[in-house]
Amino acid sequence: MSTPGTSYAIPGTEAGNVFRFWPRHNEALYKRLESKHAWLEARHHGDGGPAEADPLEHEMVLNIGPQHPATHGVLRVVVKLDGEMIERAVLDIGYLHRGIEKLAEHKTYQEFMPYTDRMDYLSPYSNNVAWCLAVEKLVGIEVPERAQWIRMIMCELARISSHLLWMGVGLMDAGAVSVFLWAFQMREEIYSIFDEVAGARFTVSHSRIGGLATDITPEGLRRIRKFVDEFPEVHAGWVKLLNRNRIWIDRNVGVGLLTAEEAVELGMTGPNLRGSGVAHDIRRFEPYLKYEDVDFNIPIRTEGDSLARYFVRMEEMMESIKIIRQCLDRLPEGPIRADNAKWAYPSKEEVYYSMEGMIHDFMYTDTGVCPPRGAHAYHAIESPKGELGFYLTSDGTGNPWRVRINAPSFTNLQGLEYMLEGALIADMVILIGTVDPVMGESDK
Amino acid sequence: MDLPLWATGLIGFLIINAMLVSASVLVYAERKVSGYIQNRPGPNRVGPFGFLQPFADVVKLIMKEDIAPRAASPFIHSLAPVLMVIIAMTVPAVIPFARGFVIADLDVSVLVVLALTSVSVYGVTLAGWSSNSKYSLLGGLRSSAQMISYELSMGLAVVSVVLIAGSLSLVDIVEDQASGWAILGWNVIRNPVGAMLFIITAFAETNRAPFDLPEAEQELVGGYHTEYSGMKFGMFFLAEYVNFFIASFIIVTLFFGGYLIPFEPLFAHVFYDNGLGWLLGVLQFFALLAKTAFFAFLFIWVRWTLPRFKYNQLMTIGWKYLLPIGIVNALVIALGVAVFEALGL
Repeated sequence: MSTPGTSYAIPGTEAGNVFRFWPRHNEALYKRLESKHAWLEARHHGDGGPAEADPLEHEMVLNIGPQHPATHGVLRVVVKLDGEMIERAVLDIGYLHRGIEKLAEHKTYQEFMPYTDRMDYLSPYSNNVAWCLAVEKLVGIEVPERAQWIRMIMCELARISSHLLWMGVGLMDAGAVSVFLWAFQMREEIYSIFDEVAGARFTVSHSRIGGLATDITPEGLRRIRKFVDEFPEVHAGWVKLLNRNRIWIDRNVGVGLLTAEEAVELGMTGPNLRGSGVAHDIRRFEPYLKYEDVDFNIPIRTEGDSLARYFVRMEEMMESIKIIRQCLDRLPEGPIRADNAKWAYPSKEEVYYSMEGMIHDFMYTDTGVCPPRGAHAYHAIESPKGELGFYLTSDGTGNPWRVRINAPSFTNLQGLEYMLEGALIADMVILIGTVDPVMGESDK
Repeated sequence: MDLPLWATGLIGFLIINAMLVSASVLVYAERKVSGYIQNRPGPNRVGPFGFLQPFADVVKLIMKEDIAPRAASPFIHSLAPVLMVIIAMTVPAVIPFARGFVIADLDVSVLVVLALTSVSVYGVTLAGWSSNSKYSLLGGLRSSAQMISYELSMGLAVVSVVLIAGSLSLVDIVEDQASGWAILGWNVIRNPVGAMLFIITAFAETNRAPFDLPEAEQELVGGYHTEYSGMKFGMFFLAEYVNFFIASFIIVTLFFGGYLIPFEPLFAHVFYDNGLGWLLGVLQFFALLAKTAFFAFLFIWVRWTLPRFKYNQLMTIGWKYLLPIGIVNALVIALGVAVFEALGL
């Protein structure tokens, strides 16, 4: 079982027919690597024709991942190297596929919430909110003001948390391990806020359809205020270390260039798109929650390289702080969940002390919200990675008939293959970092 | 002073053991310093203040199974780490630790140091090649390219020192630095460009961050030592620490007055007049250790602060900046030495 024209052994083929999928998958992957028409050929050989033969055999196929320290989880990249330069690259994703779109069809809308935590596990709160907003759009639920403001605060904290991880891991991939730990110290603060507000540090599942699970406590507010006060100073320290760091700048500048057209064509979203000069941010263009009421900038850069994306993300963190400050100032009093038993869970007081409340609670857990038959809705939010959207179709029962997830990590990965070709091996880690994929979200 | 053979042997034995211990001290220092840089306490569980952590690490490495890839070339795969350690352990033979306290006072000890550091690239390259792994191979290739590029600049920095001292012996180079007032005789003051050049190239030669491309953990998994485990990996680890300790010694010896105590020319005669030359020797040894410790700290500090270079940046810096600077510096120093001699200064 070997591909004609290639001399190397294909990993996995020696297992014979025992695992039939794996050898076939691998073979297809390597075949694609060989037959792929890389734009690079045209660039390096001038005439746009097929690549010249390799008489000196200095080309090498290198399999990077899925178990590799720089691939942020289980991304697999198969690259063809010419010395240190990547000539062609093929991505292999799906190692974290859990079929959550299918799982959703057997859950009530509320039951699916914990699964969204495990998609982009670096910013679970954004996923919760995106899911809730999609369901609320589908059913037409009105969410109380206070819940919306709290959701915004937590979403922006999730954005900071996600960008912190991007920064720490990106720098660690570049060799500066200390930044990783500094970033994690601040993430720890955010975790403790989530712990206080949502009762869980990592997989929060705090948002509820029609509102929130619990109100924010005074201690939670105090911690958020403390974080908002402390973070800019810490951020300024990092900016001081990195923005004029010759090695860091040189490693990023001109790496993974994407023009605005290319970025749009490849379907990049979020900071990757804004780094190429396309000022697309759903918070601004299709405002959800209360984003139209707060004042914030959308940082963009026109260079389109890794450095531009670095600046965009660093500035976005500060914009998030700005949004959180405004939310804290304008946080209204009031209920945190819709007062309608068809829309949202009743409060615990009602459940424990009234018969109706208990019945509503039972019915909501058993059946949940029932959108009208045939209703469908798409709602996207600006998650830290980009446009995160849920497309829901209802058959009138408490379970969605079909769920489709538009995951930003997945769309961003489409650009990675393109950026990798022509880059050096050392750029690879920078590029994976700059695309900032989370495989849980990409593989769904 | 000429020592009998047994005394030299004894000193050699002591120094090799001291080097081994110093490696573990450096491992501890590195972990502690990196801990403080990263706002965390560092090792503090094994023994008082975690002092025994490196020993626990060594015990762990020895207890681990030694795994070698089936396709590896067994002899060379085992030879490479040994080579690294032997070379790292040989260099101290020519380092003067105090006045008159050197194992082998060769006339060409500078050349010996350069030769030995050049050979150490074989350890890395052979390890990368013999593992028969693509990551290791890339690491080994990077290492050889890096060593070749930076050895030239390093050689030129050394040439400038040799020109000033007029000798290829490390002892003479150190004694030559005692000539000026207080610390003005130190080569770092007479030849600052050479000192900078040498420190940078020393980072590259020891494969320490930001020049740790051969083992770039995040790109090449472990680079040349990807396929090593157990004590074979431990030997690379040991060699790395001994190497940067030695590099600190060489930096101090060539540019920072070696064993000379700062301001020594001002008060050295007091010791000799009172017959306390041995005490001066002891103090010199500690002065050398203190200066070396500072540079070892610098190595650690830089490693935990800066990102790593990229391969093409490395080549650009080596060939386009350091080499021309080195050539010009050597020429200027040569002219300066010629002028001073012509003027009879």
